[in-house]
Formats: sequence, structure tokens, C-alpha cells
Amino acid sequence: MPESIINVSYIVAAILFILGIKMLGSASTAVKGNRISSLGMLIAVIVTLSKSGLDYTWIVAGLVLGGMIGLVAAKRVQMTGMPELVALFNGFGGLASLLVGWSEYEKVRTEGWGVYMEKVGDAMPGQWFLALVIVLAVIIGGITFTGSIVAYLKLSGKIGGTATIFPLQKLINLLVMLGAVVVGCYFITIADNETARFWLWWVIFLSLLIGVLGVIPIGGGDMPVVIALLNSFSGLGAAAAGFVITNTVLVVAGCLVGASGLILSMIMCKAMNRSLGNVLFGGFGALTSSGGKQVEGEMKALSVKDAYYVLEAAQSVVFVPGYGMAVAQAQHVVKELSEILERNGAEVRHAVHPVAGRMPGHMNVLLAEADVPYEQLCEMEEVNAIIPTVDVAIVIGANDVVNPAAIEDEKSPIYGMPIINVHQARSVFVLKRGQGAGYSGIINTLFFRENCRMIYGDAKATVGSMVAQFEE
Amino acid sequence: MELILLLFTFILAAFLGFELISKVPSQLHTPLMSGSNAISGITIVGALIASGQQDYAISKWLGLAALVLATINVVGGYYVTDRMLSMFKSKKDQ
Repeated sequence: MPESIINVSYIVAAILFILGIKMLGSASTAVKGNRISSLGMLIAVIVTLSKSGLDYTWIVAGLVLGGMIGLVAAKRVQMTGMPELVALFNGFGGLASLLVGWSEYEKVRTEGWGVYMEKVGDAMPGQWFLALVIVLAVIIGGITFTGSIVAYLKLSGKIGGTATIFPLQKLINLLVMLGAVVVGCYFITIADNETARFWLWWVIFLSLLIGVLGVIPIGGGDMPVVIALLNSFSGLGAAAAGFVITNTVLVVAGCLVGASGLILSMIMCKAMNRSLGNVLFGGFGALTSSGGKQVEGEMKALSVKDAYYVLEAAQSVVFVPGYGMAVAQAQHVVKELSEILERNGAEVRHAVHPVAGRMPGHMNVLLAEADVPYEQLCEMEEVNAIIPTVDVAIVIGANDVVNPAAIEDEKSPIYGMPIINVHQARSVFVLKRGQGAGYSGIINTLFFRENCRMIYGDAKATVGSMVAQFEE
Repeated sequence: MELILLLFTFILAAFLGFELISKVPSQLHTPLMSGSNAISGITIVGALIASGQQDYAISKWLGLAALVLATINVVGGYYVTDRMLSMFKSKKDQ
């Protein structure tokens, strides 16, 4: 296929990606948006395959192998496992960008820099530029890869969710980053030298190291931000690879994803009232016992039967889900309970805090899986406006996002983060497995309040017995 | 394609990205991350070119590895996003 048709098709693909992302912005058009975006990808792939001079033997094998693995993994995963799978795929994408950059370097090296630059002509302002974008593709791809793998391990519980801190960590991280930059610059200056390859290996190694070191000190509650950021990086990595091989569609699509991930991370940070720098370098999550005053009073337990009496009379109920609901897979019984409450005459809402769960919007996905109609899903501001009129707020596995310490206690690590003000409701029921501190380890002052009652036990079982009470 | 045009495209795409995303409600952030993750698999195009070379053995193998990874990213990413999105039903559809 002539180059011009290929380029036009790339433009079509880019348009489809843009339309796709736009349509992902509203629940009614989102499904179509994703399909349109995938059509764009299909066009880009087919058109690339039609390029002259390609040797298809291994390409087919690669496509089939990758396709099968991707499909099987995506089919099998449960909704609770979604965040970590997205993190894993993201990491793969990052590694792919690194490999494309590296691959092009090897090609240039074998062909000879002079010859290659001749061929490329005006597309590159010089050897230094090619070397620069190769280094960028490698660094960004590398950080994305290992960072995403660590995120995957943390989210799936395979390594500890709390922040891993060690002495001199900030200094070491800084040194490694500087190292990567310095070696990268050195590589650029000697790029056409035989020995340059060795230095590129060093850049690769250091980038992989940065990914690990950068993500392990980040505590569980901040993971959504990190994932959004790594998502952005994988896009930037693709864009860098696009500069390496001067391919427009890679640059456009990569940049689109890069920008979208970045703005998402910033939205998350605003929702937690912390700056991005603070999240990435602040070592939050390690401040478990320090900070925050001691709480007085005791946590009062409530039985399901007594809870039933209150719920039966309630006119308005708000559910506040958190990751605990996901773990207990309680979203389906929650939906049953909300239907019962509605039939009983109550107004039911589900309040989702922007950073509840392991990934932004995670709770919404779970509730959607349980067929909770999306009109019942409310954002934090909406709910906070009406919360004083709410009879019962039911907190299921959510913790920090309903902790009044964020408003009241200046020393608390979460101070300043906007929360769902369930403490202002007439009654609060907190469903929790036990008395321990949550994922982030911060004591929740909500539990000690007068209007709060704890219902201990597995969320699914608890809600299930509430449903049973109604059915008697 | 000329570098300056490529850079121009890059900058425009960045602005576009910002505009598109600021309008998405937080409900849809997870499918959005998953969907944009699938798009970042566009690296597959670069991998196809790299792995399709007839010469340059090392380059080809690196490209092939990139191809497998990028394909997993693309296929898995779109499928998972589709699964998530098909669950968003309105009361009317029930």
C-alpha cells in the first residue's frame, strides 16, 4: 500500500481514538466509544501490516501469541482483580516501548549511523535527536514497566500494601535518577560509537530500577494516583517510540494517552487535597502511628437485628462502598438490600468517593456489575449537600474516605482531604471485618462517634442477613 | 514526517487530551484508564515494523518481544474495558 494511503489511514485511526475517548466520557456512549477506539487500532495494525518489505513469518506468531494471552487474561479476571490487571497490561505496554526504542538502536548500529541518517533525511535534525528519543523511549518505557509490575504486586496483595521505606531512600532514589540522566546524556554524545551499546544497557538497567524504587514507597491509599500516572507514562513511552521511528500515529495516540493519564492523576490528587509531588515523594502511608491525636470513647457494636429495625423505618439511606466491599464481593447483596429498602419506601443512594477502592472509579464498576442503576450512584459533593437529612449511612469497607479526622485533626496524615461526611447523617452503620486499622493504618475517629455503630463480620454475610431480616 | 510537524502534532494532541478528559465523570474513571491503556498499546505498530524486518537479527527479536507484549496490551485492554462498560446499565435497560 502506498505510503500516502498508509498515512491517511493513520490519521483516520487517530480520529477514531479521539472520538473513542470522547465517547468514553458518558455512560450511554461509552461502550460504543471503546469499540470505535478498537476499530482505530485495527485499522492502524492492518495498514502497518500492508507496508512493503515486511517479513511475516514471525509477525503472525507474535500476534497470535499476544492475542491469546491477552484475551484469556481479560476473560478470566474478576472485577475485583481489574485494577491489577490494568496495571499489568500497562507495564507490558511500557516494556514494549522500551524494546521498540532498543530495537531501533540495534538496527541503526548494525546499519551504520551515517547510512541510517542519510535514509532518514529531513525527518531528524541530527544524530543527537535520534539518540535522544531512543534514550527517552527506553527510560520512560523502563520506568513504566517495573513501576507497573510493582503496582500489580501491591494491588494483588503479593507484596505488602503499605509503603516500603528504608534509610536514605530519598537520597538513593535521587542518585539513581541522576545516574540515568547522566548516563543517558553520555550515550547521546557517543551514540555512534561501538561502545555506546554498553551505556544503553546501563540506561535500561537504571530506568528499571527507578520504576521499582519509585513505586515501593507509595502506600496503598495512593495507588490510584500512581496507576493513573503510570498509565500516562505508557502513553508518553509510545509517543517517544513514535519519534524514534518517525511514526505519526504513535506520537498522536501516545500523547493523547499521556495527557489523559496526567490529568486524571491531577484530578485524583485534588480529590485527596495533596499535591502530586507529595504523593510520589512524600512517603505517606509510613505515617501510621505517628500523627493524629488519640481518640477517646469506645466503638459500639450493633446486631443485625437492631440494624434492621432502624433500616425498616428509614426514609433515606446512603451506602458508602469501599475496597472492603470489593474484597467481600458484597456488591450483589448490597444491590438486593437497596432494592428492598426502595420497595420499603426509602430513597437509596450509593455515594462513591473519587479515591475509594484501588483505582479511580473502581467502586462504580463493581456497583455497575451488580446492576445498580447508575442514577443511584452519587458523587461526593451531591451527597454531602444532603447528608444531614439522611437517616442511615451504611459504610461498607470504606475507611479513610469517611474519616472525620481529615476535617478536624490537623496532625492527621489525611488532613485536608475532602471526605464523605457520613458523621453528619442521623445514624451511621459501619460494616467491618474486625477492629483493626484499615489499609492505610490510620485510626478512624468516625467509629467513636455517638451516632455510629459498628457491625462486625464479613460484609457479604452481614448484608445478606439484613436482607433476610426484611424477608421475614 | 518532518520533525517540526511531528512536534506540532504532539502538542496539539496534548491539548486535546486535556480537553477530552476533564469532562469525564469520576464514575467512568476506571474504564477510562483501562480504555486509554488499550490505546497506549499503539506501540504495536512500531513493534510490527521492528519484528517484520528481514535483516538485523537482534533488532528483529527485540521487536518480536515488543510485539507479543503490545498485542497482549491491546487485545486484553480492549476486552477488559468492554467487559467493564457492558455492565453500566440504566434503570431503563433493566
